[in-house]
Amino acid sequence: MSTSTLKSEQRPLTQQDRELIMATQEGLPLVPDPWGELGRQLNMAPEDVLARFQEMQNSGVIRRVAAVPDHYKLGYRYNGMTVWDVNDEAIAEMGQQVGDLPFVSHCYRRPRHLPYWSFNLFAMVHGTSREEVEEKAQRIKALLGDTCSGNTILYSSAILKKTGLRLRKQQPTP
Amino acid sequence: MSAIAKPSNRGNSSTEIPEFTDTERAVINRLQYGLPLTPAPYRDVAEELGISEQMLLDTLKALLANGTLTRFGPMFHAGEMGGGLTLAAMRIPSEDFERVTEQVNSFPEVAHNYRREHELNMWFVLATETPDGIADTIQRIEALTGHPVYNMPKEQEFHVNLHFEV
Repeated sequence: MSTSTLKSEQRPLTQQDRELIMATQEGLPLVPDPWGELGRQLNMAPEDVLARFQEMQNSGVIRRVAAVPDHYKLGYRYNGMTVWDVNDEAIAEMGQQVGDLPFVSHCYRRPRHLPYWSFNLFAMVHGTSREEVEEKAQRIKALLGDTCSGNTILYSSAILKKTGLRLRKQQPTP
Repeated sequence: MSAIAKPSNRGNSSTEIPEFTDTERAVINRLQYGLPLTPAPYRDVAEELGISEQMLLDTLKALLANGTLTRFGPMFHAGEMGGGLTLAAMRIPSEDFERVTEQVNSFPEVAHNYRREHELNMWFVLATETPDGIADTIQRIEALTGHPVYNMPKEQEFHVNLHFEV
């Protein structure tokens, strides 16, 4: 399930896609025929609604149509952003290996900002205790070996905002 | 009880791990993987879990109502929508933290914002309608707050699979 990103050609969203995204930002209708319900709202045929969703999922605009839990409420109260200073020559290979670990939810290469920030590999690890997060970080450290010259774990101490991604209404074209 | 990962703004239930019924557990675990894009998707998932479609929909509604699930719907990939997406961080002195939080959160482009324990103590995700919007938003945040913003866009994605088993 890992995905190295090589961006496919970007196609702009169709007007119908935008309308479907706007209509489902709060969520998919919880009725037996969600496509029909959306079709009624947007004056589209249910099969077309479903086809647009399939197309958006295939092209990657939508990762999936899924439940997003409040991980704190599931008991995963410790989210540790583990960050690593990995040799530039090794990071493509090692990043993939870290990303493949089953307990790593997101894994990205990002730029350094010296002197404040020397870490170029980010791997998000969640646990039900701080010990669990640290034990998982130790396994990443063992995997990276001497390709890594420094690391730390940033815990979140407060959620300051969590609204998710939002598409704003487009200005009507004059 | 630890003061470390205490999520604020989360209501008072954050310190208790709720007990889930078998059905709730199955729905939470299954639906994080995604709904099949079929003509009757809820019926298909219900069949897979061995429950009725109505039971699935009722359970889903209840889990959303009590906040166990924050959302059920399409998970958009901002980068693929032709927009801009990045992670950014700031170093904010503690006496300034509250003011800067309010200022940063006032930007609709800021999707998530976390306080983290590090010299770089504020971390937020920016999502903009166009790729150019990122640099512009960062400039406006710097101008409003008076603090530099460290932009950390992803250079390579190795894995995204957020799944919490209960």
